[in-house]
Amino acid sequence: MTAERLALACLAYVAFLFTIAFVAERRPGNRLLRGPLVYTLSLSVYCTAWTFYGAVGYAARSGLEFMTIYLGPTLVFVGWWWILRRLVAIGRAERITSIADLLSARFGKSPALAALVTLLCVVGATPYIALQLQSVTLSVRAFAQGPVAADPVWLGLSVAGGLALFTILFGTRRLDAGERHDGIVSAIAVEAVVKLIALLSVGAFVVWHLNDGIRATWDVVAASPLSDWQAASGRWAGLIFVSAAAVICLPRMFHITVVENSDPAHLFTASWAFPAYLMAMCLFVVPIAATGLARLPDGNPDLFVLTLPLAAGQGDLAMLAFLGGFSSATSMVIVTAVALATMLSNHVVMPLWLARRGMAGATMSGDMRAVALRARRAAIVLVVAMGWAYYRVTGGTAALAAIGLVSFVGLAQILPALLAGLFWRDATRAGAAVGIGAGFLVWLWTMLLPVFDGPVLSGLMADGPFGLAWLRPQAMFGLQGDPLVTALVLSLGANVVLLAVVSLLTEPTDLERLQAARFDHATGDAARPAARGGLAGAEDLMLMAQRILGYREARALFAGQARAQGRDGDTPLPTADLMDAVERRLAGSVGAATAHAMVADISGRRPVSVEDLMNAADETAEALEQSARLQAQSRELERTAAELRQANAKLTRISAQKDAFLSQVSHELRTPMTSIRAFAEILAVEDLPPPERARYAAIVGEESRRLTRLLDDLLDLGVLESGQVVLSLQDVTLADVLDRAVLAAAPDGPGALAIDRDPAGEAVRVTTDPDRLLQVFINLIANAAKYCDAEAPRLTIRAEPGGAVVAVDFVDNGSGIAPEDRALAFEKFARLTDDAHAGGAGLGLAICREVMDRLGGSIAYLPGRDGGAFRVRIPRAAGRAIAAQ
Amino acid sequence: MTHPGRTSAEVAAPNGGTPGHVLLIEDEPNIATAIAFLLGRAGWHVSTHSDGTSAVAAVERHRPDVVVLDVMLPGRSGFDILAAVREGPLARLPVLMLTAKGQAKDRERAEALGVTAFMTKPFSNAELVERVARLAARGRVA
Repeated sequence: MTAERLALACLAYVAFLFTIAFVAERRPGNRLLRGPLVYTLSLSVYCTAWTFYGAVGYAARSGLEFMTIYLGPTLVFVGWWWILRRLVAIGRAERITSIADLLSARFGKSPALAALVTLLCVVGATPYIALQLQSVTLSVRAFAQGPVAADPVWLGLSVAGGLALFTILFGTRRLDAGERHDGIVSAIAVEAVVKLIALLSVGAFVVWHLNDGIRATWDVVAASPLSDWQAASGRWAGLIFVSAAAVICLPRMFHITVVENSDPAHLFTASWAFPAYLMAMCLFVVPIAATGLARLPDGNPDLFVLTLPLAAGQGDLAMLAFLGGFSSATSMVIVTAVALATMLSNHVVMPLWLARRGMAGATMSGDMRAVALRARRAAIVLVVAMGWAYYRVTGGTAALAAIGLVSFVGLAQILPALLAGLFWRDATRAGAAVGIGAGFLVWLWTMLLPVFDGPVLSGLMADGPFGLAWLRPQAMFGLQGDPLVTALVLSLGANVVLLAVVSLLTEPTDLERLQAARFDHATGDAARPAARGGLAGAEDLMLMAQRILGYREARALFAGQARAQGRDGDTPLPTADLMDAVERRLAGSVGAATAHAMVADISGRRPVSVEDLMNAADETAEALEQSARLQAQSRELERTAAELRQANAKLTRISAQKDAFLSQVSHELRTPMTSIRAFAEILAVEDLPPPERARYAAIVGEESRRLTRLLDDLLDLGVLESGQVVLSLQDVTLADVLDRAVLAAAPDGPGALAIDRDPAGEAVRVTTDPDRLLQVFINLIANAAKYCDAEAPRLTIRAEPGGAVVAVDFVDNGSGIAPEDRALAFEKFARLTDDAHAGGAGLGLAICREVMDRLGGSIAYLPGRDGGAFRVRIPRAAGRAIAAQ
Repeated sequence: MTHPGRTSAEVAAPNGGTPGHVLLIEDEPNIATAIAFLLGRAGWHVSTHSDGTSAVAAVERHRPDVVVLDVMLPGRSGFDILAAVREGPLARLPVLMLTAKGQAKDRERAEALGVTAFMTKPFSNAELVERVARLAARGRVA
């Protein structure tokens, strides 16, 4: 077969794939295309040319060790699919575009971390792409004759160019990496079928055609060196681990598993279907390898799949095998290139371009879209070119599996940070970056560098850098076991330890905490309603609305929506209109941003962004502020109510005082009137002797005066209380006022009140209204005269001229006022509030208090003296103070 | 209107001229003087007491036929004294209460405590004498 014919077959096959992809993209949302079958088949992008050709070669060289490459992914999909479910849920919620984006999002949207992971992915994937180019080149050379096939440089370049072109045509038609590439996924799924059929066909041909059945094949296997193979447990475990890590961390696997996932429920199907696919792929690996070793002992074991049919003259089967290998290689390169191009343009090119343009954070404009698209196309070319360069530099001689494992270990460096991001809230950006960086460097040193072993590096490899033997790439710290296991343990060990230590030493930023919490809460459940179909979505919306609005209102809302849709019952279809209606109604209760976030979250319609959360937080803050305002208003109202209660109580008290006052006035007036009336009647009717008549007439007169005095006091008090009092201020000596008071108030006679004065203290001048002051003094002296209950009543008057105030004390030797009555002593008729009283008018002290108030002084009862004691305080310059009023 | 002097004479006569004993508890000296004069002229033997605190003891010591009792007294109110008397050995003693607090609630309070008669100050001399005589007559009948 000529290279031209082979090229033609390839072109026809590519045209077929184009048609598939084109049709798929014209039918968005097709059930089959977006179903679990296509998802599972597209996951088979894990099976590259390494699997198709390399597995047989691997088995021929290392026996059953090739199984580890399938066991790792199987364990992940069967045993730990819940990790994948978390990743898918987060990917949907955060609109994740790549694994670098995921780590960056988890660790506070760090652009530096994203760039680091991108670099690691590009470098780590390069050997893997080289592997594909090498396999295609090898297969072409094994298959075709001719000058083109003979020139490996030209051939490799043309294969690489074709792959890059194909990837650009498919992978950069749309900009949004978050949107799924229906065309590519469909083409990959078709390729998955082609490579499975091809491998199974070759296997069946080997078993039943070349070896005459299973039993004969068994004998061939038993006779081959494969049966002598011994498993090294460390290498076995290390390879299973590294392939398990790879199925999660490989950029293309992450892209298919998370980014291209249209429905988390597909993972349930993939969790058994993908391992089943893998098992089918390795079903005939051992028979093909054993038969190849027996029949073609000099052939390249990596090409047995192709060379066995060719040697048997089965051209068509060989062609099918070639197309299977071609499919494996192209699907890997296409998806990897798309994934890496997305990362490069998003995390390297765009940040740089934005920084240069000084418009970081700007929205996508048409200008930027063009830049992003150009960046992606350039990135695809770059990624494929790097793979080709690696292939050229390494000489294309290594076994395919060895090349693949270099990539696996490199990309496994992402796993610790990824798992920490999912399960360890205290993991920090610095920890992730240092861990990945360290693991990356150790991997570069111990695994990638030895690949380029040659004259330049031989010294370094043998003696270590600067003669430091313990730093020799393949024997670091003197570890000289299996180079793969050593490199794996060293790189991942450094990675994990530094991740943990640096995370513990650094504090996460606020955004990191927020994202950690969001990652922690993300489960497959949030996105499931959409998976269960439309009606389930409506029910979940109903449940949520019920919690916010209450059962009745939510029920009414949904019933109304169902009627509007023309449906029977209360369950409307979960249309965009329904969601808008629910969101609007909820917004009234919880605020627009929160309502939007809730509806978006539950419907899986649109993921909740950090902005949504921030808006929700703003609303919450507003609500808190509002609540604080309401609380302040409530406190204000409480204060007003308390004031009103106080005022009301005061009015009630005043009203009661008024009633008591009237009752007391009545009593005070009736008492003298009783005497007057009784004696008036006696004098009118009785014929009395003159002395008695005179005595009774005198009583009438005395009681009349008492009545008059009482009325005067009442009027006086009224004037004083209303503040309409006119003072006539004079400069007087205190002694003069006291002299007049004693003269007016002190009675004469035996047993009368004795008054003890202090002329020296009284010789002080005050400016005041002397008549009013006299009134106060007379009251106090008369009180003492009336109430002092001592055998020899005595009143001591002492004046103490202080600075601005003269204090005059009136202390008698009686029993004084009982403590419980003192508070009331200056109230009107105070002593009459009790049934028991000491007789006499009760207005004196009330008037005294009012007068002293007007004079700018005061009067108070002095407790702690032996008898009744009052202190009058007179301002010496009272006149001026009052005049100023 | 009946002449007060003649009325008292007329009222005193049916009692067989026997001078009954009135205990007057009143702290206003002028009022006490007036009442003592009026009742004395009507033939009563009048004892006066001006302090509230010792009033109950005075009642039990004098064992009068009638008590004339003021409400506002130093030390103890007329209401308290009335209540104490009603609970003591002379529970059925006729008591005429005099008060300057003319409100209805005071009369009600006095009646609740078992007062025999109630008069408001200022009073009519004739009425006072007549009421005392009537109380004394009732006391004797009982």
